[in-house]
Amino acid sequence: MDALCAPADKSIIDLEATELRLGLPGTSSSSSEKLQIFVGRSNKRPLGESSMEGSSNSRSSSSSSNDPEKDGCLGCSIPPSKTQVVGWPPIRSYRKNSLQHKKEEEAKFSGIYVKVSMDGAPYLRKIDLGGYEGYRQLLTALEEMFKLAIGEYSERDGYKGSEYAPTYQDKDGDWMLLGDVPWEMFRSSCKKLRIMKGTEGVGLTCSP
Amino acid sequence: MDPKRAKQSPDSAEAIRLSPFPDEALDRILALLDSHKDRSSASLVSKAWYHAERWSRSCVFIGNCYSVSPEILVHRFPNIRRVILKGKPRFSDFNLVPQNWGADIHSWLLVFADHYPFLEELRLKRMTVSDQSLEFLALKFHNFKSLSLLSCDGFSTDGLAAIATHCRNLTELDIQENGIDDISGKWLNCFPDNFTSLEVLNFASLTSEVNFDSLERLVARCNSLKILKVNQSITLDQLQRLLVRAPRLMELGSGSFLQDLTPQQYTDLETAFRGCRNLQTLSGLSEASSLYLPALYPACANLTFLNLSYAALQSEELAKLLAHCPLLRRLWVLDTVEDKGLEAVGQNCSLLEELRVFPEHPFDQEIDHGVTESGFLAVSYGCRKLSYVLYFCGQMTNAAVATIVQNCPDFTHFRLCIMNPGQPDYLTNEPMDEAFGAVVKNCPKLQRLAVSGLLTDLTFEYIGTYAKNLETLSVAFAGSSDWGMQCVLEGCPKLRKLEIRDCPFGNKALLSGLEKYESMRSLWMSACKVTMNGCKLLAREMPRLNVEVMEDEESNEGQAYKVYVYRSVAGPRRDAPPFVLTL
Repeated sequence: MDALCAPADKSIIDLEATELRLGLPGTSSSSSEKLQIFVGRSNKRPLGESSMEGSSNSRSSSSSSNDPEKDGCLGCSIPPSKTQVVGWPPIRSYRKNSLQHKKEEEAKFSGIYVKVSMDGAPYLRKIDLGGYEGYRQLLTALEEMFKLAIGEYSERDGYKGSEYAPTYQDKDGDWMLLGDVPWEMFRSSCKKLRIMKGTEGVGLTCSP
Repeated sequence: MDPKRAKQSPDSAEAIRLSPFPDEALDRILALLDSHKDRSSASLVSKAWYHAERWSRSCVFIGNCYSVSPEILVHRFPNIRRVILKGKPRFSDFNLVPQNWGADIHSWLLVFADHYPFLEELRLKRMTVSDQSLEFLALKFHNFKSLSLLSCDGFSTDGLAAIATHCRNLTELDIQENGIDDISGKWLNCFPDNFTSLEVLNFASLTSEVNFDSLERLVARCNSLKILKVNQSITLDQLQRLLVRAPRLMELGSGSFLQDLTPQQYTDLETAFRGCRNLQTLSGLSEASSLYLPALYPACANLTFLNLSYAALQSEELAKLLAHCPLLRRLWVLDTVEDKGLEAVGQNCSLLEELRVFPEHPFDQEIDHGVTESGFLAVSYGCRKLSYVLYFCGQMTNAAVATIVQNCPDFTHFRLCIMNPGQPDYLTNEPMDEAFGAVVKNCPKLQRLAVSGLLTDLTFEYIGTYAKNLETLSVAFAGSSDWGMQCVLEGCPKLRKLEIRDCPFGNKALLSGLEKYESMRSLWMSACKVTMNGCKLLAREMPRLNVEVMEDEESNEGQAYKVYVYRSVAGPRRDAPPFVLTL
């Protein structure tokens, strides 16, 4: 192995040696033979679209004085943060933009957890509305969760043919039958879910 | 058989000596040569062969559009039907090249209009293409059949409308990952009703919605359609209708895989996929949910290429899918599949030759998701034929890479990106020199290498000593001194492309390659230690190289911040923008 990498004395284990730094084992930060990453100057310019992702970094930015004569020393410190290095990691702009777009989409609708109660069940459950794309998926999930059959929705009769009726409490506090309004509208106004059982659910009474 | 006299070639005596068979035979034989390299070699044998080759060549590949001029091209090759052109330096993909740098196709088209009126095919990569150029192309070339634009910029969907409207014989429209101004999807409606020749349609990377009826009718009447890659505006039930119309597809890119399907719709979708017996390539699948992935399974039996790089699959979803893809040779995934997903790759894909793992969150400060060295190791144990890898990860060790290349010695392309610049082996805290040393020692067929992590000159010593077939090398945030770059320039006889950023290589290193650059396609150096004086010296010593320096607000007094050096028979650029200085 190259002498450059061989530390002077490996036998003494001390805390400093196990410290995770970018320097070589055996060297200390005061050593002049610092093995650090050279950054020409690309760390000054923030990367527009990703600057919102990383918080501003408190590590000092690289020193501006690159002494071209010093061959042994590599120069500046590592770039303060990945997000401030232009063009790194090397991902094509197209892919970067589409990932960014996806992230924004995800952020909008993930983590909308609402309580789900079922009449007669000893405890409630919680469900993430962001994980479903429509009523069918949600109902399938509820059927699986509570081991029951809810059936198909119809505008006229609600959930006919089933002894269960899925309902939700909206922003106004009213209990509504699931399925009447467009999915997105439901998702943004739903506060909690309740699966009503028996005759109580039929007839669309407004309060349980 | 009497050797026929050579055609009015100046050294006919020599020609007779070297081609003791009739010209017609020579022409016929050379016409069969496909490979550009073979044709190049043939053209060097003698004047007779040179001329026979140039008359019979129908396809030309130009790896750097500024290495030759359109005038020189048409003068040498009078009968070209297919042109492949690459423009900007590769680092332009990562925003390192300013806008309006050049590589504009238009000057080429003007010359082609006069000399190649029967041009059939144009494949462009990293070129600037305007709507005006696309319209010109569509109107001037009546035989035009095939257009492929990858990583290009400068045009909008209006340009595509011109192509669709006027290219009556179009067989291929392949638009990939371009910096395009996506105004609307109306271009798709421009294909005439009696237009039926389309075989390849790829608009997966466009975002605006297309008219589904138009698309359905187009797919229905183009009976030879083999490749169809739609964009995210196409829903699952629409996809089902398209598949029913085109069951003979060989390559499919789905639209959005996210939709609330009725049970009937799901069954129909599954049936449609079952009908696609010829499918070899599958891509798209954005927002794929585990609910609907199983609909795909019947179509996967013959799949050789699966591109999941826009589908954020979890490990279990991937594992289940891969169980249905026994013949897979190429796989692209997002690192959402994590190491566990890659274990499934190792277990299921024994024929795998290519793996690309892209990061879902490349710019996150904390990399606590994604893949690590374990995933890569797992793949290497199960996929011994692996020859191409592109791997973005948060951590790596020298030991892991050493094991990987022992398992898979056939690597031709090894591109490892440890996403934190200058990160050492996370277990030993040492540089990653030994990892890449192992790669070049164990993989004699290595053609392309991208290095990352904390690296000293030792890495480059290894590369110069062992990587004798290396053609392309990408380096970032690495090296200790000029010596590193010198090792590579002096040690790699087949080096063609060298791209370097943020490394401590200066004039001494730059000038050590004086003799070398003429045998290479290009050299890129940015944010290194080279100065204007060094570049001027290079330019003076090597007049057949174009030495270009890009002005940049980041640069110091005298520093050459972005340097692009390439060989050219066309002389200095005549279309260089003000910020490009040709020395």
